[in-house]
Amino acid sequence: MATLVSHPDEVKVVTSRFGKGAANIDRYLELDGYKAVRKALELGADGIINEMKASNLRGRGGAGFPTGMKWSFVPKVSSKPKYVLCNGDESEPGTCKDRLIFEHDPHAVIEGAMIAAIATGAHAAYIYIRGEYRYLLEIMQKAIADAYARGFAGKNIFGSGYDLEVYWHGGAGAYEVGEESALMESLEGKRGVPRIRPPFPAVVGLWGGPTVINNAETLASVPHILLMGGTQYAEIGVERNGGTRLFSLSGHVVRPGVYELPLGYSLRKAIYEVGGGIADGRTLKAVVPGGSSVPCLKPDEIDVALDFDSMMKVGTMLGSGGIVVLNDQTCIVKFALRTIQFYRHESCGWCIPCREGTDWLSKSLKRFHAGGGVARDIDNLRYLAENMLGRTFCPLGDAAAMPIIGFVKKFREEFEAHLDGRPCPYEKHGAPNALPVLSR
Amino acid sequence: MGGATGFERQMKFSEQLEARYADMITHYPAKRSLLVPFLLYSQDEYGYVTNDVIAELSRRLEITELDIRNVISYYSMLRTKPAGRYNVQVCTNICCLLRGGEQMLERARQRTGVAVNKGISVDGVFSVEEVECIGACSWAPAMQVNYEFHENLTPEKIDQILDDYRQKAERQ
Repeated sequence: MATLVSHPDEVKVVTSRFGKGAANIDRYLELDGYKAVRKALELGADGIINEMKASNLRGRGGAGFPTGMKWSFVPKVSSKPKYVLCNGDESEPGTCKDRLIFEHDPHAVIEGAMIAAIATGAHAAYIYIRGEYRYLLEIMQKAIADAYARGFAGKNIFGSGYDLEVYWHGGAGAYEVGEESALMESLEGKRGVPRIRPPFPAVVGLWGGPTVINNAETLASVPHILLMGGTQYAEIGVERNGGTRLFSLSGHVVRPGVYELPLGYSLRKAIYEVGGGIADGRTLKAVVPGGSSVPCLKPDEIDVALDFDSMMKVGTMLGSGGIVVLNDQTCIVKFALRTIQFYRHESCGWCIPCREGTDWLSKSLKRFHAGGGVARDIDNLRYLAENMLGRTFCPLGDAAAMPIIGFVKKFREEFEAHLDGRPCPYEKHGAPNALPVLSR
Repeated sequence: MGGATGFERQMKFSEQLEARYADMITHYPAKRSLLVPFLLYSQDEYGYVTNDVIAELSRRLEITELDIRNVISYYSMLRTKPAGRYNVQVCTNICCLLRGGEQMLERARQRTGVAVNKGISVDGVFSVEEVECIGACSWAPAMQVNYEFHENLTPEKIDQILDDYRQKAERQ
């Protein structure tokens, strides 16, 4: 379906089986498939977690929490069953990487989930895939059935005496469900309203049992880590940021696509070399470097390494690895408006700062972009957004507020250009939706 | 309609849906857990989540119809009214916006004659919906027709794609 791209700077670990027909279990086995899980059974829980800690793998969903540490939080003894839950609800605008993993290497996700289960003593793993990805759910259903048919899942896997069930689960359209506690609610057949924490899922999760929740890319990295060894995986990346990451390049670049780059790779090079620079001879205005939820960077801020810590230092986040590139013809006010409209649509309404905040921001920006703004609105936007930060039940409120604060702070002049009833400087008269269609 | 009145309606799921139910119910320690994906499968079968399906699930899962309706209202893909045979879902979120998503939505509306969001064409072939990110950011602008992805769109490509679906509908 989605086209694969390639660049010489890529380091192919998670993508190493892409385009090789690895959705077929025989092909997957030829390509070292299900070797890592056998190794995991030999290593045992502590051995696996040590490798994971050595690998410096950090959660690929967006928060960047060290995976080995997350697994070690699961209590060894539990009166309730333990679970592994794969988060394949990829919905962060700008992110389209898990889609390729499910399409090209579904067994790697299964194998990663199995290893996570062995490491934490769980006997059931769920792979949750968003509703829009129906074709991928079907690929996953087949992959799971094939794994059962070979005796890789179910009772006594690989003759080890370890029982491990693997199940698929589908969503039905909701961004917020990508948040781990909302994901569990959704899997339990409820509205995806987040849960209060603590207790954290590692202690009280699915149906009250300890639960490890990892992003699909995180789990797909796990078998590779066990096969090559945690230390070697860590060496691909930089300090405290092990390995590679799938970056979804989108927007006004010459070669958009999903590229696997080592952590610590330069953002500038990702845009100008891997992505081929700005399309149609335009120049760069801004980049949203980690999915729609993170503050943007200006052209003079892109000499930064793509790893969790470096991005944090420049006031943004590595997030989901979705790099959205905006050229000089883009109206920041319009872009901010579309961003907040998304969060307004996706807010579950459970807590007031998020429900009311996204609505107010959306209304203000809409009026502002239409030329009905007053100078005071600019500071009000920022004030509103800053008061949402840290005051919402789940990170959706922060995710909505952070980009808006960034846009107002860094592109105040664009907001000012819309004042006094002036039409949007980037839209041609009579064409209200005129962001240019790019040539291909 | 539901349990409260004492007049419980029982519907028979299609064979396919019944098989799906029988499989999914074994996946979970609590049976209501199958609700979200099962509602979507029932929608694929009947065009939308029908009152009968809600009543039947309420009976089988031992939860109220209101509870099920609350769940339905949360998920953007679930609907309780019919859509067109081909539901055209055009993404206008940020990455698609940057590459002309709004023009694509406009073009899809023109070609199908569906002017309002989630409206259905007179002949029932198309409905058109503006949707949030569908995970095609690197191949923007993009849309889904039912579950099928169409990417790297141009206005001309949209016309072609929609005409193909119309022909398919006419042949059936």
